[in-house]
Amino acid sequence: MIIAQQKPIKEIATMVGDCKRVALIGCAGCVTVCLSGGEKETEIMASALRIMRRLEGNPLETVTFTATRQCDPEYVDALEGLVKDVDAIISLACGVGVQYLAERFDKWVVPALNTDFIGGSTVHGIWEEKCGLCGACILHKTGGICPVIRCSKSILNGPCGGSQYGKCEISKDVDCAWQLIYDRMKKLGKIDRLLEIQPPKDWSTSRDGGPRRAVREDVMIG
Amino acid sequence: MSYLSKLHRIFESGQFAVTAEIGPPKHASAHGIRHHAHMLVNHVDATNITDCQTAIVRLSSIAAGVHILDCGIEPIVQMTCRDRNRIAMQSDLMGAYSLGMRNVLCLSGDHQKFGNHPMSKNVYDIDSLQLVQMVRRMRDEKKFLSGEAIKEHEPRFYIGAVANPFADPFEFRVDRLEKKVEAGAEFIQTQCIFDMERFERFMEMVRSRGIDQRVRILAGITPLKGWRAAKYLQTGVSGMLVPDSLVERLKKAEDQKREGIEVAIEQIKYIKENVKGVHGVHIMAIAWEEVVPEIVERTGLYPRPRFEDRDTAS
Repeated sequence: MIIAQQKPIKEIATMVGDCKRVALIGCAGCVTVCLSGGEKETEIMASALRIMRRLEGNPLETVTFTATRQCDPEYVDALEGLVKDVDAIISLACGVGVQYLAERFDKWVVPALNTDFIGGSTVHGIWEEKCGLCGACILHKTGGICPVIRCSKSILNGPCGGSQYGKCEISKDVDCAWQLIYDRMKKLGKIDRLLEIQPPKDWSTSRDGGPRRAVREDVMIG
Repeated sequence: MSYLSKLHRIFESGQFAVTAEIGPPKHASAHGIRHHAHMLVNHVDATNITDCQTAIVRLSSIAAGVHILDCGIEPIVQMTCRDRNRIAMQSDLMGAYSLGMRNVLCLSGDHQKFGNHPMSKNVYDIDSLQLVQMVRRMRDEKKFLSGEAIKEHEPRFYIGAVANPFADPFEFRVDRLEKKVEAGAEFIQTQCIFDMERFERFMEMVRSRGIDQRVRILAGITPLKGWRAAKYLQTGVSGMLVPDSLVERLKKAEDQKREGIEVAIEQIKYIKENVKGVHGVHIMAIAWEEVVPEIVERTGLYPRPRFEDRDTAS
């Protein structure tokens, strides 16, 4: 899922400093699961902003709603009545949701979250990045551990000379992805596969190729 | 036989090679580089020119190489994968060759977190192994990485890479070295050796697989200025192994700098005599270039070979 974290409340307050009435739109998708932009967080953020503004002697009116998904035009359309009279919309979704709202409504839309990465939780309260969204998966070559994003140098023929005691050279808190890959391949009896030289990656399927598009004609309607 | 570089020729003539390292400065004057080059000119066969080492912005390795060459030393231009994509790398390789560079050392590069621009974006379009392969391909197949032909004047570098016997997983280090040789590396410089026992174990594995017959290996030697330097490398730099006994030896010494030089001399002599499969030494006297001549002289590696005819292919 997409992992996002809230921006500091002061930063959000500044973005809507000149507004009198704002809509805070949460999202029931990924950001609910990673506890940053669901219904609960949306209500708490609305109260926090109201309290801040009241203390400043400049009260703010808020309306709140949590959409099933902000990355789906169907659920975004349904917000029309709610955002009609507001000066700005604060989206508590990932960057996709913010853009869907901005595209749909002629309103000032601001992000309440920083969209960090795609990954999952390890223990409650900790999330880790797992996928580099490169558009050409090589996990079958690396024992199910992604070097594109989990190696700090995205090395495809690792580990580099900075790997020691299982950790990456950048920090003792960061596991060396290639040590993990090595251990796993060894466990599976497939070390020989790591002896093959991996060719340079074609990054045109990655971020570098411009905005990507996925088309499934079989599910298109009309 | 024609040689790709003087370093290539030294190896092919079966002589024990000596290289050193010159780190370009954090300013736009070549004065210091030239000073160091003059200091080393008679005592080494070639010098590495580091490429923004520890991710600190420094004068370009290729530009520094031109100054070094002008002072009479053959440069080994380092190229890391951190700061350039394959377009810039190939462009710089051709540029470097046109300026007279004949050796290139391919490496990943330290992560930008360690440098003076930790907020920068790293590139790593290709990794060090793929870089080796690319330089080799440009030379032997006369092709750019994309497959497009280099119609004429392909860069013909003597290709180096690095190996770190002290990083983990240890048992995979020889495999990775072999991968680099498969990719096209012709000479290898190792990380600084302090843990001789580990280095010998590494070389034993290298020899048992005959890798030393396929690639020239330069053992990395770093004279230490004192026990604090040793301690720093032991605890602060990932991928280094410094035994406690060495830290203690330097600590107890009356003159620590002198002791550091003695240790380096002992290490070189030991490797030369006892560690088969090593074809030379790479002396990395970090900010201490002036001690290199003494080390070279006292290890019986002076004078360095001179070739009457042209050293390198042009």
